[in-house]
Amino acid sequence: MSQLHATSPVPATEIQDEENPDEQSLIEADDLIEEVSIDGMCGVY
Amino acid sequence: MTTTDSATIVMDLDRAWDLHPQVSVRPEPFGALLYHFGTRKLSFLKDRRLLAVVQALAYAPTARAACLAAGLGDNELPRYGRALAVLVQSSMVVGRTP
Amino acid sequence: MTAPTAPPLVDLFERGLDAPICLTWELTYACNLACAHCLSSSGRRDPRELSTAEAKAVIDELEAMQVFYVNIGGGEPTVRADFWELLDYATAHHVGVKFSTNGVRITPDAAARLASNDYVDVQISLDGATADVNDAVRGAGSYATALRALENLAAAGMRNFKISVVCTRHNIPQLDDFKALADRFGAQLRLTRLRPSGRGADVWDELHPTAAQQRELYDWLLAHGENVLTGDSFFHLSAYGEALPGLNLCGAGRVVCLIDPVGDVYACPFAIHDEFLAGNVREADGFSGVWRDSELFRRLRTPQHGGACASCAFYDTCKGGCMAAKFFTGLPLDGPDPECVQGYGEQLLARRGDGTRVPKPSGDHSRRSRTTVDLVLTRREAVEQRVRPPVSDCAEHPLAGLDLTPTGKDTAHA
Repeated sequence: MSQLHATSPVPATEIQDEENPDEQSLIEADDLIEEVSIDGMCGVY
Repeated sequence: MTTTDSATIVMDLDRAWDLHPQVSVRPEPFGALLYHFGTRKLSFLKDRRLLAVVQALAYAPTARAACLAAGLGDNELPRYGRALAVLVQSSMVVGRTP
Repeated sequence: MTAPTAPPLVDLFERGLDAPICLTWELTYACNLACAHCLSSSGRRDPRELSTAEAKAVIDELEAMQVFYVNIGGGEPTVRADFWELLDYATAHHVGVKFSTNGVRITPDAAARLASNDYVDVQISLDGATADVNDAVRGAGSYATALRALENLAAAGMRNFKISVVCTRHNIPQLDDFKALADRFGAQLRLTRLRPSGRGADVWDELHPTAAQQRELYDWLLAHGENVLTGDSFFHLSAYGEALPGLNLCGAGRVVCLIDPVGDVYACPFAIHDEFLAGNVREADGFSGVWRDSELFRRLRTPQHGGACASCAFYDTCKGGCMAAKFFTGLPLDGPDPECVQGYGEQLLARRGDGTRVPKPSGDHSRRSRTTVDLVLTRREAVEQRVRPPVSDCAEHPLAGLDLTPTGKDTAHA
């Protein structure tokens, strides 16, 4: 498994689209994915 | 995956990827739940075609091929590529050496 | 051109899932402590507790359903003789475990064992950053017990263990001190909401935070809470403005539930009452049958309408707050939370008469004398040489089935 050189975490909304920078503000990845901690559910110890 | 500066990450669709071995995938009517047993992170895929892409990654030569196999059109690649980048950021999806 | 967007998560979950994402499992009602606010009214073991085999069958079901994570509590789960066996069984069967403990059995050996299992998380309960504040609620010596456990976990190289706090009128002034304490041990801080559940109902009036303190807590979380967990227990505070991290919705019966020590399945651990009892894992279709087909859970999974809260501008963010908090303060479920940040709950409570009877929890496993039970720890090999007497079905003592011997000194234990 090759190493990834990820830099500091960035919110999905700031990820830029190299190919279509003009459309970037209209298209969000957040609508396809949402991340929550396993502790983020109410009704649990 | 290439980095341009410290704030932008662009998904490299033309390399091989895979699910992290500690990730459990649970398909749901709305898409899927992904849980990483190592990081305790939970991801909600809100789209069934994104699930199809993720499941195809291990077998496709590139992420682009996986997207096309899942029935995505070329104009949808940027949007799904960004979703994949989010999964890479949280270690759910990792690079694979074919 | 705008791309189509998927619905927000809250909408997707309101109708429930085929399996919980995670759930709480109280392994025993037995406990060596007698905390004033115990949500499960624990103390005495219930003789009808699930057996080791029955517990493993539940784990098998959780694995098949792909429940990712189970939060084990009680009572004090580590007083069960088969605790370690069940822990290992769960993690070997693709079910992540976090267990909540007062720390009484987290010895250096136990800590080392935990540190070697990547699929276990530990949460030490603590309700005061100082002994006086903590022990007033959890009993004399409980602060020392918790700190000893934290020291042992840190020394064993355990990672990501948590200090879990129930926020009260007396400890909200200590938020910075809790953070410092967590940092001192390399632990993660977790702040959670006090509910009027179990014995919590008896102390609710004097222990629940004031309105000003709720605001203080919310502001503190926004300013300092980046690495602080909350179990999404403050979603009712999202009506102040920015939502705190988490799903921000009541998960009861939709994404989470409770399995209690005798196999009863409730909507959530703060709602141990017949009103929220969905079924029992000992029924023909087991836990999965209850989760999927119970009448209660079907009802909870139909979209909730605001009722009296529908006209409030903040209903979409707070969703009317916590069902259990409303129920045990005697408020209608289709109205405001008793701690509604707009004050509507307080108004409702003030308007009704003092004689209003509120629901009592369905069971009470409190010890009659409400004293802390002294646990004397013994060496492992001494225990293994003894033949354990079978546990009578009628045994209620919290330590029934647990073989303990004083190691030498003449130490009395309850």
